[in-house]
Amino acid sequence: MSNLLNYAIPGIPFGCIYALVAVGLVLTYRSSGVFNLAFGAQAYISAAVFYDTAGTHHWPTWAAFVVAVFVVGPAVGFVFDRAIFRYLRTASATVKLVAALGLLVGLPALIQAAWFGTKAKLRPPAVGPTPEHFYRWLSYGIDSNQVAVVVATVLVVVGLGFLFRSTAFGLRMRAVVESPRLLQLNGVNAERVATSAWVLSSVLAALAGVLLAPLYARVDSTNFTVLMVAAIAAAVFGRLRSLPLTLLGGIVLGVGQEVLTKYLPLGNLLVKGFRPSVPFILLFALLLFWPGLRKPDVTDPLAGVNPPPPPLAASLRDERLERLNRVMFPTFIVVFLAASLFALPSFWLFLVTQAIVMSVIFLSYTVIVGMAGQISLCQATFAGVGAFTTAQLATNHGVPVLIAMVAGALVAALVGVVVALPALRLGGLYLALATFAFALMVDNLVFPQTWAGNGQTGVSVPRPQLGPVDFTANRAFFLLALAVFAVSAFAVIFVRRGTTGQRLAAIRGSEVAAETIGIDPKRAKIVAFALSAALAGLGGALLASLQGTVSSDSFNYFYSLFWLVLVVTTGVRTVEGAVNAGFALVFVPELLHHLPGRWANLEFVLFGFGAINYAKHPEGAVEFGKRRSIERVVNWNKRREQRRPSPPGSVPPAPDEQREEVRA
Amino acid sequence: MTLLEAVGISKRFGGVTALHDMSIDVEEGEAVGLVGPNGAGKTTFFNCLLGLLHPDAGRVTFKGVDISGQPIHKRARLGIGRTFQRVELFSGLTVAEHLLIAERARQGRGGLLSDLLGGGRPTVDERTRVAEIVDLVGLAGAADVPVEALSLGHARLVELGRALITEPDLLLLDEPSSGLDRVESLALAGVLRTTQERKGTAVLLVEHDLEMVQRVVNRLFVVDSGAVLAAGPCLEVLGDERVRRAYLGRGVA
Repeated sequence: MSNLLNYAIPGIPFGCIYALVAVGLVLTYRSSGVFNLAFGAQAYISAAVFYDTAGTHHWPTWAAFVVAVFVVGPAVGFVFDRAIFRYLRTASATVKLVAALGLLVGLPALIQAAWFGTKAKLRPPAVGPTPEHFYRWLSYGIDSNQVAVVVATVLVVVGLGFLFRSTAFGLRMRAVVESPRLLQLNGVNAERVATSAWVLSSVLAALAGVLLAPLYARVDSTNFTVLMVAAIAAAVFGRLRSLPLTLLGGIVLGVGQEVLTKYLPLGNLLVKGFRPSVPFILLFALLLFWPGLRKPDVTDPLAGVNPPPPPLAASLRDERLERLNRVMFPTFIVVFLAASLFALPSFWLFLVTQAIVMSVIFLSYTVIVGMAGQISLCQATFAGVGAFTTAQLATNHGVPVLIAMVAGALVAALVGVVVALPALRLGGLYLALATFAFALMVDNLVFPQTWAGNGQTGVSVPRPQLGPVDFTANRAFFLLALAVFAVSAFAVIFVRRGTTGQRLAAIRGSEVAAETIGIDPKRAKIVAFALSAALAGLGGALLASLQGTVSSDSFNYFYSLFWLVLVVTTGVRTVEGAVNAGFALVFVPELLHHLPGRWANLEFVLFGFGAINYAKHPEGAVEFGKRRSIERVVNWNKRREQRRPSPPGSVPPAPDEQREEVRA
Repeated sequence: MTLLEAVGISKRFGGVTALHDMSIDVEEGEAVGLVGPNGAGKTTFFNCLLGLLHPDAGRVTFKGVDISGQPIHKRARLGIGRTFQRVELFSGLTVAEHLLIAERARQGRGGLLSDLLGGGRPTVDERTRVAEIVDLVGLAGAADVPVEALSLGHARLVELGRALITEPDLLLLDEPSSGLDRVESLALAGVLRTTQERKGTAVLLVEHDLEMVQRVVNRLFVVDSGAVLAAGPCLEVLGDERVRRAYLGRGVA
């Protein structure tokens, strides 16, 4: 028993940190409607400032603490709110989640690259008195850092509980999530309330970051992932509402993890993978089985005043432009094909092929996010399933590669259904989190196995052969990839135009109304998941065959996040968006690579701009640009027609021209 | 023959009893009204009929089949259509697209496979059906307008059209006239009468506007505090002393 307690007590401070981050998540969610996955990144910034000032520059601890927690933390929150989230006040939860994801993906890399560079990592200084003070009670010991963490957490939870329940400010923060506009109508400056909420929650992030730093020997990205997932699990335990339950959830998780780590046998690969996956498994299980998780159906009563979403650029018609397009598009395709086949050096042809293959994977986002409106954070996992299935079948079981690829896509579709089936009950944010947990679980438990991804060693996939046609040569493989892409793209377009696409559009518009005309939303979403997973799996299999070998690192959870943000930024509703994302993914780093060294971080800066641009144009940069340029041409044509001397008795410009402009 | 029968429906929300042992029935092709003061439990009862809420007690049979445990979309497939008090449309889609989706849902045709083979385009039959209903509800000029651009009155007509195109045997209407002016209400009542007479669609109408009720329904249920207070032919029930008291308040009656 005392043994158990000895294991359990060191878990408490960890649990408190989990709880602190979780409370921050709940607070941001309740006060801004954003499930701020970038919370960890914010914590990281303040931890970094704390290191740098107290550790490297030998500031006094209190000064470093004040600067990191009460200056840098809120400043970061303020900037986030002003630059991104204020444009998203009335946006859907999906859009907000993606924006936060963009920050999660882009920030740590940016900070590390811009700030620390190659500087050696220091052991972070402690918050409490140095040297650490040990307190003993009976036979249990706890040091001053740990006490500081526990005390701070309890203070924060009590303080926030009071703020939310018993103050006018807390009430406003709760109201601003429901409808910022209604709050405005009641004479409250909703903007200021929302910004304050961001600043407040950012102080929490900063505090968590600084307190966390001394607990780990050093703060690396793995720790942060575990921290974030554990915090998410604690927040889910509190149903994204209850602060006491969240606190309890965090502590139970922290203690449970420590105890489990001590008692689990050291053994085979599965157990080795199991230990770090405990929070992931727990999060997944919580999402599936924790009662009381309901679809967050916060609908703004003033949503009716929102302008309708802009029509797809394709629905704007201009005769002249269409005629031009009919000539230009085939010309472009022919030139592209000819250039790729005959002119491009092998290296660049390889890159083009890779971009096309990535476009196939990205089409899976067009289906699940663009059409079904569901956020999936495990598309890379589906791609991995496709790739590894193909590899195992082709290399170890002698199945022809092309058939193995199809099998890979089918297995991925099956996995997609298996993931979607239980998680669809929840939808929205919870579905996104469940797919996130699933991706992490597969990363740790399945992909390292020899029968799957074979860990970092990876597996090899030969190039396919079809009768006399050998796709080993890069040019032949390029054609194969292009064919697969063409088939996939047409499939996506047909499905979007067809019954399935319409059903999904209806469900996105109003799930209840769709049900009352006899549409089964569950089935429609499962179909979408299956199709999307199949496309990802197919793309993954192609990618594996293109590269020759793939390892579990090629498809880890991070890619799911990164790809999602990328595709959504370029445009998730159209095939062009997916293609642009594919080419951007391959060629932007390649081109930046040729720039002088100090531009090396440009990639991340671009990414940041992408996130901001996305906040303003959630339909995607490509779609936005396309619509704007078509509108320009249309307007230009009209102006030119107007300038022409009009024959006597001619009609003034049609009224529907004006409507067109209003819509724009 | 009895089309819909709800027996002993009870529903509690925490300590509040919203419905207490409610029972109603609707005959085939009949237009029935459900009136009562605000908070009487009409919408709750509607949601119980449709499966949006699950009653604590009681059972609902439709065409002789117990549908108490069935999900919403199955009930819809059996032939129950509805409109909402707070309009629920598919945002971003046009009027014609709303109807086309509903028409496809009625046929139960079209799946992933036929879409993949390019069979997703609307057929001539589907187009004619859509045009028919657009005309019937009087939205002929607005077929290709996105629903966000419509006024509330027109939005209600889209809802009605979307329900009608699925050819329901029973149409549940939840305060269709709220937010409409008198002319629009009358037009709506006209459409309801026409469909009821031509297609023999039974109608269950929840409504505040007694003029509208009298225009459409033959039989009336008056609900108060989650239970049926009176039932019978329209005019008879409206003349009832208890009803007048519950509905208009003691001072007026």
